[in-house]
Amino acid sequence: MILVDLDALASCLASPSCLVTQTTSGLIIGMLLFLVAVGLTLIFGVLKVVNFSHGAFYMFGAYFAMTAYQLTGSFALAILSGAAGTAILGLIFERVFMSRVYGRDVLMQLLVCYAFVLIFDDVVRMIWGPEFKSMGMPAAFQVPPLFIAGGVVPPYYLLLIGVALAAAAILGLGLARSRIGKVIRAAAQNPGMVSALGTNTGLIYGGVFALGGMLAGLAGALAAPVRSLTPGMGFSVLIESFIVTVIGGMGSILGALIGALLIGLIRSFGSLGFPLFTEGLMYLFMVIVLVSRPTGLFGKEVA
Amino acid sequence: MKRTRKPGISRRSTLALMGTGAVTFAAPWVARAQAKTIKIGMPTILSGRVAQLGTSSRNAVMLEVEKVNAAGGLAGRQIEMVIRDSKGQPQEAARIARELVNTDGCEMLLDGEASSGSFAVHEVARDLGVLCIHTCSEASSLTADPKQHIPNAFRCVRQGIHDSIVGAGYAAGIAKAKGLKKWATCSPDYAYGRDTTGEFVLYLKKFAPDVEIISESWPKLFQPDYTEVVTKILQAKPQALYSCLWGGDLTSYIDQANIYAMFTQMEVFAVNMADYTALTVVKNLPKGIHSGDRYIKTFPPTPENAAWGDAYKAKYNEYPTNWSWQNATAVMFLNEAVKKAGSTDGKKVAEVLTGLTIKCPFGADGTVTMRADDHTLVGYAIGWGTTIPQEPYVPDVKAGDWKAIFELEAEWKKSKGYT
Repeated sequence: MILVDLDALASCLASPSCLVTQTTSGLIIGMLLFLVAVGLTLIFGVLKVVNFSHGAFYMFGAYFAMTAYQLTGSFALAILSGAAGTAILGLIFERVFMSRVYGRDVLMQLLVCYAFVLIFDDVVRMIWGPEFKSMGMPAAFQVPPLFIAGGVVPPYYLLLIGVALAAAAILGLGLARSRIGKVIRAAAQNPGMVSALGTNTGLIYGGVFALGGMLAGLAGALAAPVRSLTPGMGFSVLIESFIVTVIGGMGSILGALIGALLIGLIRSFGSLGFPLFTEGLMYLFMVIVLVSRPTGLFGKEVA
Repeated sequence: MKRTRKPGISRRSTLALMGTGAVTFAAPWVARAQAKTIKIGMPTILSGRVAQLGTSSRNAVMLEVEKVNAAGGLAGRQIEMVIRDSKGQPQEAARIARELVNTDGCEMLLDGEASSGSFAVHEVARDLGVLCIHTCSEASSLTADPKQHIPNAFRCVRQGIHDSIVGAGYAAGIAKAKGLKKWATCSPDYAYGRDTTGEFVLYLKKFAPDVEIISESWPKLFQPDYTEVVTKILQAKPQALYSCLWGGDLTSYIDQANIYAMFTQMEVFAVNMADYTALTVVKNLPKGIHSGDRYIKTFPPTPENAAWGDAYKAKYNEYPTNWSWQNATAVMFLNEAVKKAGSTDGKKVAEVLTGLTIKCPFGADGTVTMRADDHTLVGYAIGWGTTIPQEPYVPDVKAGDWKAIFELEAEWKKSKGYT
């Protein structure tokens, strides 16, 4: 049994083909993770709740996409319905349930979220059945992989990385530059003042939650052609998203992006150099960040 | 007149009553043995990630029980199945098994638990002495290890060691014919994955000494993404890959490896591929994956097997699983054993079951046997073949040779210190 294989890692770092393959592989894992984690961190930043049911939106995104794909045969519609469906679901969930526990005990929020993790899993089981499903790769992407500098890159993953990067850019610019973005940031800072100035904070909260849900749903929809769909599939993604937000800093979008990419690269290169310790490497990295910078790489000091 | 005895209940009758009570509580199935229907308890996994294990087991049991009941039941007693969900937790499986016997009055147990739970139910069977047939656990040690042996428990399941011997023999043949020397493995990181892969590699090297393992991957059980594993294997450039990933993990892996065109670059041996649960779910099943038979209605290629698979599909609108045929076989065994014993008494049935051979659609030669010395199923259909993307999925299955299996299994048992 090989525990540490630094030779494999070194020889990969020296070979362009291996570098390209492993780097894109890290980017794919990272970008999907980013989409889920950024919703989590956005909701925490503005609403100050840790949404433990966030993984369910990833799951619903995948199931919505699969159903739309089966009904219409259009991959674009599948992605769209994955994102739109979870946005609506997020809005309803926030308005009806989550809005009641803002400012309450953390334990109370956690219990509500956990209850919904179970309920959502059961809903999926009732609608789509308990067995695992597969959406299948759209015909357009059933093509041989590209070879870039000798490295293998599947075209579908290029699309996936592109969509995720676009989402990151729109989100970052939108929050920084647009009027709505400014109001959202203001609401995160001082909701009382924003409300006093005549802005409907309930609408903003609902909107942010819907946006967070939509990003997770988009990740689920993009993952649906390559990952099997099961009730409870959101759970492992949620755990990794938490690691990402802890590393990047709760509430920081840039932190989520950097954190997710780091996790992706740790996984892809770690599996070469530390085949039996890839998971552990991720947690080890998280511990190092927590010890040296308890607020995460890009988190702000909490007063 | 002098009264020598106080009115009411005497000490003697109190003692007798208490004694009866104690016996009733300790062994309630004895007290209820005269009931007209016979209850058979079954703990299994009906929720969670592997709910399919339980539902397809339950389906198969009900299919067979209906036949037995229609033909008059077990020694004239109609079977009533009591099936409960253990959620895949061993302690829950043990609790349910105990409750089924002690509270519900079940006289026999079918243990539809995965490996971890089956050892827990086995201990309950040891404790209560109730007749128990394991129907899902493939862990070889459950019956191979003499420490586990009890007269009232049987295993009606395929076995890891049998699969490894047959799979390695088949793979070695192809390795020699095609000159496949550099191999990689990729299996889930838990007891089943490690043991099965270890045994497969052991026999592969025994049959084809040139083979060398140049890369190993151990993804987590239920890992959603295998990209880093796929690319790592591509880097290593093996000529062949062995995997015992199963279910949703296997289909994820195939979808993800497919877009890297992995299946055109090496021969892939995935022991758990040829199960309808995986075959019917993968949308772009690559041609030519080598797989062991789990359950497939075209192997053994007999009308009986095909008819059974179709009957199951007609009733439940999906194809049976590997767990289905095993559970169905357990009910067939019970039915035959009770007929031979002329009684539903657990002890008598267990005596008849020991070494019993029955006609069965899933037998390699039309029969299966409950081997006497270790109470485990032998003679079932076992083989390997390659996949095609549509029905019959695995058109040509090469059957394993039971004589060779017995010889190597005996050697293996000796090496483990079991005999």
